[in-house]
Amino acid sequence: MAKGIWVFVEQRDGKVRKVTYELLSEGRKIVDNFGGELAAVLVGSNVSDMAASFGEYGADKVYVVDRPELANYTTDGYSNVLAELIKKYEPAVVLLGCTLGGRDLSAMVAQKVNTGLLTDCTDMYLEDGNLVFVRPIYAGKALTKVCCLDTSPIMATIRPNVFAVSEPQAGRAAEVIKEDVPPGDIRQIIKEVVMQISTRPELTEANVVVSGGRGLKGPEGFALLEQLADVLGAAIGASRAAVDAGWIPHSLQVGQTGKTVSPVLYIACGISGAIQHLAGMSSSKCIVAINKDPEANIFKVADYGIVGDLFDVVPILTEELKKVLAS
Amino acid sequence: MKIVVCLKQVFDTEAKITLDASGQINKQGVTLIINPYDEYSVEEALRLKEKYKGEVTVITVGSDEAQSALRQALAMGADKAVLVNPGDIELDEYATSIILAKAISTLEYDLVFGGYMAIDDGSSQVAARVADLLGLPLVNTVTKLEVADGKAVATHDIDGGSEVVEVPLPAMITSQVGLNEPRYPSMKGIMQAKKKPMTKLSLADLGLDASQVKPKVKPLSYFLPSPRQAGRIIPGEPAEAVAELVKALREEAKVI
Ligand SMILES: Cc1cc2nc3c(=O)[nH]c(=O)nc-3n(C[C@H](O)[C@H](O)[C@H](O)COP(=O)(O)OP(=O)(O)OC[C@H]3O[C@@H](n4cnc5c(N)ncnc54)[C@H](O)[C@@H]3O)c2cc1C
Ligand SMILES: Cc1cc2nc3c(=O)[nH]c(=O)nc-3n(C[C@H](O)[C@H](O)[C@H](O)COP(=O)(O)OP(=O)(O)OC[C@H]3O[C@@H](n4cnc5c(N)ncnc54)[C@H](O)[C@@H]3O)c2cc1C
Repeated sequence: MAKGIWVFVEQRDGKVRKVTYELLSEGRKIVDNFGGELAAVLVGSNVSDMAASFGEYGADKVYVVDRPELANYTTDGYSNVLAELIKKYEPAVVLLGCTLGGRDLSAMVAQKVNTGLLTDCTDMYLEDGNLVFVRPIYAGKALTKVCCLDTSPIMATIRPNVFAVSEPQAGRAAEVIKEDVPPGDIRQIIKEVVMQISTRPELTEANVVVSGGRGLKGPEGFALLEQLADVLGAAIGASRAAVDAGWIPHSLQVGQTGKTVSPVLYIACGISGAIQHLAGMSSSKCIVAINKDPEANIFKVADYGIVGDLFDVVPILTEELKKVLAS
Repeated sequence: MKIVVCLKQVFDTEAKITLDASGQINKQGVTLIINPYDEYSVEEALRLKEKYKGEVTVITVGSDEAQSALRQALAMGADKAVLVNPGDIELDEYATSIILAKAISTLEYDLVFGGYMAIDDGSSQVAARVADLLGLPLVNTVTKLEVADGKAVATHDIDGGSEVVEVPLPAMITSQVGLNEPRYPSMKGIMQAKKKPMTKLSLADLGLDASQVKPKVKPLSYFLPSPRQAGRIIPGEPAEAVAELVKALREEAKVI
């Protein structure tokens, strides 16, 4: 790890995604054991003030590129900047969160710096002096251990929620290195940004996901789930059947052709448990299923199941949780 | 308008994954389909062709088996197919992209489509790499697309929302769930597909040799996840069952 590990800071309007801290925490452990330094790479506009704070999460250095053209994320702008920094400093390892943004940026940068990329990894560790990664393939139906072949840097995106965030060390400072890298020709012109105005956590990062399927019978069914999700601070997810029926936006679909989630708790309501749905959620730590069909496939993977009508069970569950969590 | 669609043949989403005696993914007896995201791309390309006239070419890097996926796209309405069969060599995303970009560079195009990811390896990087190699602006995870006056205006998913982006043509667009509802091939389409041109190329035909497509990543081993154990059905009337469930989540699973 002679030239160290870099973690790309994913932020929007100065708000940093949790996965960034997860990667800094894990990166810190690796450099502590095997030497080298840990750096955060912060790209954006008006972001310099927050740079030093990454020291508290383990970064030794923070490389900052702060320019007005970088106020919005664009594939061209951010990939040009990150690729230039990599060429200049030649880090051994570059890590990003496997979010939509991380996927977009990492692939473009990997090609620009002519290296390999391992996406959506769920583990990383040193083995015989080499950094190896584990990634699910076939939507989690198999896993593979992968490495990079003498190419530099080693680039990977890591799925949110697989590494824990270490306790920040108040006052620990990082050396801030300002770089003025021109973003080049930005061909993506952003016309409009629509953020979901939601107090809910992002589906792929949530600790708790409350998910609904065709059993909800309509969009009103999701209103029931919203109440349950409110109590748990959960994100809402859905099966494809609910999405196809138009009850909920496609961006909330969980599964092989939807999002992959790895929450601590996944509550599936009125979902049969088709293989394509399981592919997106079976790495959840604890699965609860509520379904009126005792033969439903979802019960084969659920840690706890209630056979019953969700329209009876969910409101009672919401009330019970409210009571218990208040106490 | 000339449109190229990158299309990958993948295992059916129902496929049960097993390992063979040498620890590799067992490909025997698995039904193969078009990567679902690529089906959205084919559909979108056909709609653009219906609007503006032109030509849709589907292209894949794969073995001869992948012809069936190309034929299906031709039956949906694509005009031409290109199969690049690299022979018996290991490819990674980097190598696949070099081959695809080289093959696409011999074609005329205003737009290139890729899938946001392939549901088998799930790397979500081939389209971006090809875009970079061809010098095309990229818009990923597109759910709505309008093309006019030499520009593409795309609505696409971003973390926590969506965004409308404009890029000049030619451009690379990757498809996301929600873009459209792919059509089924008609009987007539299936008959016509048999007569449509299918070009088969080798690496040598593209002027590439094995040293130019040396992979940069290597799978060391494959393994299957430990199967989830079915847990416990909590019996009783809803109120009773719920109380029991909440207790278990708190005291046993310790997740709330
Ligand atoms: C290429 C491809 C990709 C796909 N990708 C995905 C994907 O990413 N994600 C995904 O989810 N699916 C995906 N699917 C679809 C998948 O095969 C299933 O069709 C889908 O998951 C079914 O959704 P569901 O469980 O909500 O509906 P259903 O299978 O109809 O099940 C509804 C369930 O609700 C229960 N129910 C009904 N009423 C009640 C009630 N009042 N109380 C309690 N329970 C009730 C029923 O017993 C039943 O088990 C894909 C399919 C294909 C072919
Ligand atoms: C862990 C791992 C193990 C692997 N094992 C093997 C192996 O044993 N043998 C082997 O030969 N390769 C192997 N590969 C390589 C892999 O199959 C290819 O690199 C693959 O073509 C690209 O990855 P992807 O399909 O996930 O691309 P993604 O980037 O997810 O695909 C996105 C889009 O790119 C386009 N696209 C991708 N591939 C093609 C293609 N071939 N033709 C046309 N368009 C395409 C499609 O539009 C697709 O929707 C492995 C890769 C990994 C990461």
